[in-house]
Amino acid sequence: MNEAVTPEKIRCDACPVMCYIANGRAGACDRYANHAGVLVRLDPLTVLQSGAVAVPFLDGQQEDWDGDVIKGHRPFITAVGAGTTYPDYKPAPFIVSQAVEGVDMVTVVTEGIFSYCGVKVKIDTDRHIGAERAYVRVDGEAIGHVMTGEYGSSMLSLGGVLHLTGGSKKEGRVTCDALMRLCNREAVEVAIDDGATVVLQAGQAPIINGVPEKLMRVGCGSATIGMFAKQWVGHLDEVVVVDDHITGVLSEHQAGKLLDVAPTGIKMKGRRSTPGRYFQVAHPGTGWGGTDVDDPLTILNAFDPKVAWPGLRMLMVSTTGEQWAYYELDDTLVPRAVEAPAVIRASAERIAENCEPSVCSVLFMGGAGGSLRAGVTTNPVRLTQSVKAALTRVSCGGASAYVWPGGGITVMADVMAMPANSFGYVPTPALVAPIEFTLRLSDYAALGGHLEHVQPVEAVMGAAVRRVEPGEGRDPQDARNFPWGR
Amino acid sequence: MGAVARLLPDRERLHLQHGPIDLIIGAEGARDLAFEAARVRFETILDELVAELALLRQEVGEVPVGLAARRMVSAVRPHSAVFVTPMAAVAGAVAEEVLAAMVAAGPLTRAYVNNGGDIAFHLAQGARFRMAVAGLDGAALGRIDVGFGDGARGVATSGWGGRSFSLGIADAVTVLARSAAEADVAATMICNAVDVPGHPGVGRAPAVGLQPDSDLGARLVTVSVGALSTEEVAEALERGVAVAEDICGRGLALAAALFLKGQARMVGQAALSLIPDGSLCDA
Repeated sequence: MNEAVTPEKIRCDACPVMCYIANGRAGACDRYANHAGVLVRLDPLTVLQSGAVAVPFLDGQQEDWDGDVIKGHRPFITAVGAGTTYPDYKPAPFIVSQAVEGVDMVTVVTEGIFSYCGVKVKIDTDRHIGAERAYVRVDGEAIGHVMTGEYGSSMLSLGGVLHLTGGSKKEGRVTCDALMRLCNREAVEVAIDDGATVVLQAGQAPIINGVPEKLMRVGCGSATIGMFAKQWVGHLDEVVVVDDHITGVLSEHQAGKLLDVAPTGIKMKGRRSTPGRYFQVAHPGTGWGGTDVDDPLTILNAFDPKVAWPGLRMLMVSTTGEQWAYYELDDTLVPRAVEAPAVIRASAERIAENCEPSVCSVLFMGGAGGSLRAGVTTNPVRLTQSVKAALTRVSCGGASAYVWPGGGITVMADVMAMPANSFGYVPTPALVAPIEFTLRLSDYAALGGHLEHVQPVEAVMGAAVRRVEPGEGRDPQDARNFPWGR
Repeated sequence: MGAVARLLPDRERLHLQHGPIDLIIGAEGARDLAFEAARVRFETILDELVAELALLRQEVGEVPVGLAARRMVSAVRPHSAVFVTPMAAVAGAVAEEVLAAMVAAGPLTRAYVNNGGDIAFHLAQGARFRMAVAGLDGAALGRIDVGFGDGARGVATSGWGGRSFSLGIADAVTVLARSAAEADVAATMICNAVDVPGHPGVGRAPAVGLQPDSDLGARLVTVSVGALSTEEVAEALERGVAVAEDICGRGLALAAALFLKGQARMVGQAALSLIPDGSLCDA
């Protein structure tokens, strides 16, 4: 039957069995896999799991290294490239070797690799990309959902155990692939149910329905009124900052009142929150200020004829200043678009100038399960306690990781702060992510670490080791990271 | 890379690994002698199997030369009315072969060789083993208490999500038998029978497409199991129970526990019944 081997299948020579391995699958041992025609090793990360060997695997996987050389005098060995570092990866012998109280041994349905991780994506945009809880799909498979709208951005939650292992195998595979590409800063196109198509890429502007987003709002509509009111007074009678969250109206707003801006008789649609601040002037969309509005006049009712006057000057502008229009009321008190004076044009540009570039931020999130902790110490809970007591600093690829309160070791880290291509995957599917625990040798001994496997850094710094500059400010080994060093 | 032997960090158990085989071994009594015997026996076992791999991947016919291979064939032969190859018993047979070497080396009160969940064990008179059964996610399914007089010397668990392929959809089938190889093949056969044929929610793919040198050839193996109604789960389990009762009735297994989507069935000796238990493993 071996004659049927096609080019995408490779033959593993790691052991006498010499398995043929199809693309994207592991051999009989679950230790070696065929990743796009390359034999990759899936062994557990020993430096972190057992405190033993800290040499990253360098067999062919590191050749895409970007060539950076460090001059740093104190190397920090990251988990990148060290093999399978996925926190919950349990290679075959380890599940069955778990000592459980009152039980002599454990039988399992031959071991699998488990995946409890995901990413949170922050997309700087006012545009409506989808409703909360809407599925986010790749290749038709749900890989996550739209979370909350936050300040000037939309949040996505992608991956997690339910998409990786709780759905169909295709769903798990597609999710794992998308997570890995996002974490490796590659572009991934997602389609949101009843929403937009978005190209996500860490550190890059989101591309929403084919249009790259440029700017992140300077503030909400109301805040924008507050920030720029002074510059408008005298040049304009009314300013409306169109915002799906809070649309601001200068003449009614506290900022306008303080500057003695006269009432204009403007009648807004939507629901008034407090003076000069309106909710729901339109529906969420990809138009002005995250509304579905393309013609801003549609959010106004007729001006009050008892208050308004012909010639009233009005600026309507979005929260990013990217869209704006200047109007004057005609004799029937209907706004007519007219050429804007230079000073008005400049104020719209000023809003845009104060906006930051819109980017996608990708934060890896994963939990270090009991098995990983057991690899670090003979008494796993002590590692958790040590992390909570800040005696152990957790990093991902050298990037500082936020450790969630509560049980376990659940971490979040910015993929932009990690070395390029820090992530891999195993066909299970599960993401392979780097995670390091840094602590004093004496603390390591105190929590029951495997001291017999500790090696000096020099012992692992061979010529083939990939060396990169620190991705962010602080060295994970900096004494100031720890209570004993402050 | 050759066979590797090391003591686990607790210094009480031996870990032997070569290629796809990982054995966790415990022994009470003449432990050092037993561990040394296991290490020596293990050194060549994978090479012995590989030498006859082509034969072992076919339905039972010619008798192989290797001792572990012979254990595989003996365990599988009584089941050969339906398609099965000696590979269905490989894990159990290796465990059994290594345990036999340990027992021959010196007196032991208790010993076990755990090959990825398929376990061969030894009990002296009066000794007992308590075993835990875990699902694919590590969750506890239950416990089994085995005594010297129960006759069981092997336990094995199969499921569609495990390392080897299954024709059925059981989450797990745990079997106790007189030997680990017998338990291994029986678990495989019962697991294959737990099925809802033709159900659209069950994904199947030819084994060779997933693993080019699979002994299952173009047979469709389970790759996903979608939602099933309570009745469908019960129906699938009943198919498995029928096969399990036949296997136990012929003396090829002593007891079996079948698990599918939260439902379970027990077959065989009441004394070896699995005791459900919810407090076993953490994630």
